Amino acid sequence: MTDPTHKPAGITPSQTVGPYYAYGLTPRGAYAFRDAFADPVATADCEGTRIKLTGHIYDGDGKAIPDAMIEIWQADSAGRYAHPRDNRARANSSFKGFGRCGADKNGGYAFETIMPGIVPGPDGKPQAPHVVVCLFARGMLRHLYTRIYFADAAAANAADPILALVPADRRNTLIAKRAGDGAYTFDIHIQGGDETVFFDV
Amino acid sequence: MSLIYPRSSNAAHPAYDFADYRSTGKRHPQKPLIIMPHTLSELTGPVYGHDAVRDNEFDLTMQHKAEPLGERIIVTGRVLDEDGRPQPNTLVEIWQANSAGRYIHVVDQHPAPLDPNFTGAGRAVTNADGRYRFVTIKPGAYPWGNHPNAWRPNHIHFSLFGPSFLSRIVTQMYFPGDPLFAFDPIFNSVPDAKARDRMVCRFDLDVTKPDWALGYQFDIVLRGRNATPTEEPHDD
Ligand SMILES: [Fe+2]
Repeated sequence: MTDPTHKPAGITPSQTVGPYYAYGLTPRGAYAFRDAFADPVATADCEGTRIKLTGHIYDGDGKAIPDAMIEIWQADSAGRYAHPRDNRARANSSFKGFGRCGADKNGGYAFETIMPGIVPGPDGKPQAPHVVVCLFARGMLRHLYTRIYFADAAAANAADPILALVPADRRNTLIAKRAGDGAYTFDIHIQGGDETVFFDV
Repeated sequence: MSLIYPRSSNAAHPAYDFADYRSTGKRHPQKPLIIMPHTLSELTGPVYGHDAVRDNEFDLTMQHKAEPLGERIIVTGRVLDEDGRPQPNTLVEIWQANSAGRYIHVVDQHPAPLDPNFTGAGRAVTNADGRYRFVTIKPGAYPWGNHPNAWRPNHIHFSLFGPSFLSRIVTQMYFPGDPLFAFDPIFNSVPDAKARDRMVCRFDLDVTKPDWALGYQFDIVLRGRNATPTEEPHDD
């Protein structure tokens, strides 16, 4: 049996999600397995501006990736995370702040969620509204980590401590464009000239 | 208790670019990743406990009218942090091929039979000791197109959240002594042999149920350590 005093020698390594994750992780009625996660991310009882976040995921040749999976994690409209480490978290809210979407055959994804609020950052500096992203795909041995900011929060973005770490000529890859009322688009390029900024966390 | 997430622990993971696994070629970043501090956005993460899972979802052999074909197995283990502390109330999701090495996924064209009594997906939540348990059948090996005569070793895909978005992990569990290990670029993408061993479950006669199923132990170690000031600094 496992020795409770034994300290592990290291973490379990990552392996690719592979091409066949959908029936387990994102069945969405296409397979005989229940979905564990709410879709839309925005629940009936959550306050804030409803937004639709859509985009496509591309490889180094600019080809769409149909077997990618994207996960988002975000604060509510007041900038609070539904997690015990955020002591401002709102009790009894059904808003979980998490969404998962398997890419369609055109590499597309979509989330119906709410605009996140301003979140506390390092050294008491506020962070501009943002959504955290984990990206998985066949051909990726380990997931990639990035963030989505919003074009119409220009002033907050200019003061954001994490965007400030990104070379100025690449910051635009982290900013979702407005595409109509409450709609934003955010494409992800894993590789190439317009490669999205990914973070080492 | 607050956890910290030393970046150095990520050395266990494969590189994003690993030529032997051909599909990484156009699917890895070529520009440097930007090192950033861990803010509240990273130190929190999705919370899904017992309410996310139904009673029958841990048993992949009981999801259809009859039992699937194949060798019935029990897979159990503990989810731990880097200090060896159990992680309770953590969602564990699995998916796998059937006993013939065929996935139910529409894209899988391997000419091996589907099993009408097997979907191959399961979920469990860890208990107070960090322990999860699944009942399933041993997945078959299957061919893939990476190189001539390429076969994946028997494996079960695992997905876990853990205490924050920094502990998020998708991995694969392998079976002891698989002759395909030496030929599998996905398994060998993990650079350190000891780290590769941590993806291999262990046969356990104590878990094995007489006249019913073989038992395997598979502990999963997630990122996260106790925030003790004398240990590694926050931003190593
Ligand atoms: Fe697989």
